[in-house]
Amino acid sequence: MKTAQSLGLALDQGQRRAVARLITWAERNDPRAYQVLSERYANTGRAFVLGVSGPPGSGKSTLTDAFIRRLRAQGQRVGVIAVDPTSPFTGGAVLGDRVRMNEHATDREVFIRSMGTRGHLGGLSKATSAAILALDLYGCDTIIVETVGVGQSEVDVMRVCDCTLMVMVPGLGDEIQAIKAGVMEVGDVFVVNKSDLAGARRTARELRAMLDLNHGEWRPPVEQIIATQAEGLDAAWTAIETFISFNAEGNRAYQRRFESVKHELLGLMQSAILEKASQSQAHVLKIDELCAQITRRELDPYSALNQVLAILFSATR
Amino acid sequence: MSEVKQANPIRVLVAKPGLDGHDRGAKIVARALRDAGMEVIYTGLRQTAEQIANAAIQEDVDVIACSILSGAHNTLLPKIYKLLCEEDAQEDILFIAGGVIPDEDIPGLKEQGVAEIFTPGTPTTSIIEYIQDAVKREGKL
Ligand SMILES: Nc1nc2c(ncn2[C@@H]2O[C@H](COP(=O)(O)OP(=O)(O)OP(=O)(O)O)[C@@H](O)[C@H]2O)c(=O)[nH]1
Ligand SMILES: [Mg+2]
Repeated sequence: MKTAQSLGLALDQGQRRAVARLITWAERNDPRAYQVLSERYANTGRAFVLGVSGPPGSGKSTLTDAFIRRLRAQGQRVGVIAVDPTSPFTGGAVLGDRVRMNEHATDREVFIRSMGTRGHLGGLSKATSAAILALDLYGCDTIIVETVGVGQSEVDVMRVCDCTLMVMVPGLGDEIQAIKAGVMEVGDVFVVNKSDLAGARRTARELRAMLDLNHGEWRPPVEQIIATQAEGLDAAWTAIETFISFNAEGNRAYQRRFESVKHELLGLMQSAILEKASQSQAHVLKIDELCAQITRRELDPYSALNQVLAILFSATR
Repeated sequence: MSEVKQANPIRVLVAKPGLDGHDRGAKIVARALRDAGMEVIYTGLRQTAEQIANAAIQEDVDVIACSILSGAHNTLLPKIYKLLCEEDAQEDILFIAGGVIPDEDIPGLKEQGVAEIFTPGTPTTSIIEYIQDAVKREGKL
């Protein structure tokens, strides 16, 4: 599995190691990954992609584990992409989501992959989108993507999903406020996990009140669950299914994927241009020289930008 | 202007096979590797050989680092290696172990696929250096 061709062949034969390596290549932004995926893109889009997000420690992995069990009982093949933050200081990470899913580690019909947020130039969503395609090609019926819903890059990941489940916990009061911007908007279904703890009902009530303020066509339902005891999961899953059937009406599902594809393509363009710019900034664009001129007031930043753009796009072609 | 060069992190599965309930050592190693810029996949206590091999393959790790205290190293470690061989993954994955392993067992384990063994008291910096050198030597990144 050294070339795109040999890996593609192994992938088509359903080899697990080919899937694993393909995701590695995608994470490294290795062009071979995109070659494999572009040749097979027409065969993707079959899996149902569920995003599971929410604050740290809210029980996302525990819930994902319970969902895997449920989907396996239905005979589905399940993929999981579990994203944890990379330390911005060392570039390292401890990815610990598998701890809660060990029961499925030897199940051949479950493929779990941990990813660090790294410093992805093209955004985290580029690597996760590629990983989703890889698991889709592997024949996963459902793919669960777990992210800590904090930053913009993770909101972008949630956009790729067909349905995003937000996992909240009791007593989040202020944190709900903090998480509201951007993240609340992408939640299609909400659960208040740890409902064995005090204040769960109140949190659910506050969430509903907050969600009532949005005047979308879909008002996300809020369910109370206890993931560790698999309690309330029927209601939570029904809420997800209700959203799916709501989305299936008219061309909503198409529209959702269209928006996500558009977002993705624009993101790819942005990162390609950024990469191009940062590769050539020193020697071709002479950024330092331009900055010196601007500092001495011999040039203004706006004209400098025009110069840079002219060079960049003539070189890109 | 300084070039932002993002190296690809070394991926390490830190596993704790066997039945004993202590993962303090494994956690210390996990954090040290993270602080050295590696991506550590931590799977928790009481892992079977099958669970470890499967996780390593799905995660496409460069390294498996087993912390073992239970005394079952002579059966568990060779078993993990055998499972890797069945998937043809043994050449891609550096397999190391640490923990309470008597000196007389080490040659046998090395014959059965364990590349290096770190006994208690080994500073984490030596483990980090060993991993970085070995991965570089294999030209894996
Ligand atoms: N009391 C209670 N504890 C729970 C429940 N669900 C999960 N937990 C506990 O909450 C802790 C965190 O659970 P995880 O599933 O790892 O949470 P997570 O959101 O995946 O955490 P990160 O990935 O680290 O953000 C664990 O100790 C779980 O046992 C629940 O319903 N009730
Ligand atoms: Mg988790």
